[in-house]
Amino acid sequence: MKILSKEILADCAGSRIVKLTLDAPEISLKARPGEFVVVMPAEKGERIPLTIVEADTKARSIALIFQEAGLSTRILGGLSAGDNLYVLVGPLGHATEIKNYGRVILVGGGVGIAEIYPVAKSLKEAGNEITVIMGAKTKELLILEEKLKSLADKIYPVTDDGTCGRKGFTTDVLEELLKEGKYDLIYSVGPIPMMEKVAGISRTFSTRAIVSLNALMVDATGMCGCCRVTVAGQVKFSCVDGPEFEADKIDWDELRKRNCMYQDKEKHICKLKFSR
Amino acid sequence: MKREPVKSGELAADKRVEGFDEVVAAYSEEQALSESGRCLQCKNPACISGCPVNIDIKEFIFQVTRKDYAGAYFTIRKTNNFPSICGRVCPAEYQCRKACVLNKSKLAYASSEAINIHFLERFVGDYGMQHDLKVLEEKDIGLSKIKAAVVGSGPAGLCCAGELARKGIKVVIFENLQSCGGVLRYGIPDFRLPDEVLDYEINCLKDLGVEFKTNVVVGKTILLNELFQQGFDKVFLGLGAGVPSFLGIKGENLCNVYSANEFLTRVNLMSAYKFPEYHTPVNIGEHILVIGGGNTAMDAARSALRLQKMNGIKPEVSIIYRRTETEMPARRLEIEHAKEEGIKFKFLTQPQEFQADDKGFVAFLSCLECKLGEADSSGRRKPVALPGSDFEIECDLAIIAVGLRANQLLSAVTPGLKTDEHKDLLVDKETMQTSLNGVYAGGDIVGGEGTVIEAMGMAKRAAKAIIRSVKIN
Repeated sequence: MKILSKEILADCAGSRIVKLTLDAPEISLKARPGEFVVVMPAEKGERIPLTIVEADTKARSIALIFQEAGLSTRILGGLSAGDNLYVLVGPLGHATEIKNYGRVILVGGGVGIAEIYPVAKSLKEAGNEITVIMGAKTKELLILEEKLKSLADKIYPVTDDGTCGRKGFTTDVLEELLKEGKYDLIYSVGPIPMMEKVAGISRTFSTRAIVSLNALMVDATGMCGCCRVTVAGQVKFSCVDGPEFEADKIDWDELRKRNCMYQDKEKHICKLKFSR
Repeated sequence: MKREPVKSGELAADKRVEGFDEVVAAYSEEQALSESGRCLQCKNPACISGCPVNIDIKEFIFQVTRKDYAGAYFTIRKTNNFPSICGRVCPAEYQCRKACVLNKSKLAYASSEAINIHFLERFVGDYGMQHDLKVLEEKDIGLSKIKAAVVGSGPAGLCCAGELARKGIKVVIFENLQSCGGVLRYGIPDFRLPDEVLDYEINCLKDLGVEFKTNVVVGKTILLNELFQQGFDKVFLGLGAGVPSFLGIKGENLCNVYSANEFLTRVNLMSAYKFPEYHTPVNIGEHILVIGGGNTAMDAARSALRLQKMNGIKPEVSIIYRRTETEMPARRLEIEHAKEEGIKFKFLTQPQEFQADDKGFVAFLSCLECKLGEADSSGRRKPVALPGSDFEIECDLAIIAVGLRANQLLSAVTPGLKTDEHKDLLVDKETMQTSLNGVYAGGDIVGGEGTVIEAMGMAKRAAKAIIRSVKIN
């Protein structure tokens, strides 16, 4: 559970994106794209799920990338190389089904860019034609651009403010590409509004879309049901039935509301711990 | 001279609800002597067969009357590894006490006249703990090279580990979560089972040489067959029941609708009642409903009420149950305590639909009234909803405590590990061996939800079979 190295991938307007490489002998050997781990930064901390971005079987390490948003991610981001996490457990969830689909578009928004990276890499290795649409608020937050460029057949950076690539949203590009040509799969990770939009577009163009959800979790092994989502009218647990689901079957309104359940408490604790 | 039953001392209800301190006090020596003196020492004691692990109740009570408390402790430990835990959580009124000859009740549970076997067991268990009597080691040199993996550190896992370790087998326990104890840790609140009691038993196992590996999910971090590759000769699966059931009604995924497992895990395991010192939040409502009639429902309701009190909210928690108080499966003491603490009970009420406010938080529960119909397969009278009896109950937080199902995390990825129609593991009833050679199982993952002591009974049987099989080979 030792942190081997720490890298600040972006630091802009008070928001940092951090990459931690962790000593994880057992997890690194098992980890497959799409799976996640649960970490507790400290004994009094929360259990938070984070996607495994890289797994190095030689160095027996895994890498996690996250944006400092709430208290727990900020505490995690405050740790340094040499520090130990209180809990690191995984790999959890179902892995992405990697096979030759044909032409695949991967849409990553914000820190979701990091989460599409391992999937893009494996899908490329499986012989797919890879198109990446990566979006962020501004240029500095557009992470892993070089890595994704090197594996993608086509790549479309997008920023809200136009400081890099296209000005606008990832979903604008997605819509254009689907108008121009036929694709076999869309894979998307990012903020809920973006993934919901992807779901709508995929329906319009009758293209299958898979999204990896970021529901709140506690144990993340199926024991508590905190992460339940409605998919095709059925209640599913993101942790053991997901985290990936067919985008157009998800009850997005429910997910959005459930993910805001502790907003007041989060604000309160952040104010308390960071007001000094 | 006929003596009255001796009740344990209790924290006053108004003090209890201010925190999570243990409610029931231990018997004093005087009380234990008085209560044990009521035992008739029957020639054919029915209480023993009422106990799922057949503790020699007659003998241990006799030893208490002779002030031989250490002797009583070892008598219990012959069949029950954790008397301090069972003395606190066993539903004795449905088991040994129900069978006691002094019981005057015709109901499913014993009347107050039955000997308070559980209080005596706790007295003896706590005596053992205070005097560090521990467990009888019976190390067998022939077993010292055997390694066993125990998956899950709940009642079944801890019991099996202890039984194997005291015979000299090297045991490693694998646990998903960051702390051990399973349901005893994340489920049962401190006011019924303080962490110190559980920690004591876990430390005893450590003293016996049992190694604990937390944050390991067998089936994910390590596969079952890899345990054998790593040199384990035998594996015991004490996985627990795991997955919470829901009602399957509309609005069940609204914000502030919790499973009891989630609510209790946040409060107990993650210490959400100490938020913001601890970072895991839990929401608290002003009108809390708990759906269900078992011990978990009582635990959730009483925890929720404490959280209201601790946060300056006027306590208002109601339990919604489809049948009546008589049919409730909870321990009678918990129902009594819940009432004393101000929990309200709405019987003969069937939830129909949760309704939301404009932000997606639960606001109302619409219900139907019920009447009791014919007895069902469980022998309890079945609730029948009355059409047209619809009514609404105000509710800004709801906790669903209607049982658990098997977690298939391991069985789904383990070829050859056979399950029944409920996805519980299939085992040989004598040996508790699963469909895989060398893999045993016990507790709730076998045969569904049961009690702590039933889980221990299965774990003991498995441990015996494991020892027998390694001795033969």
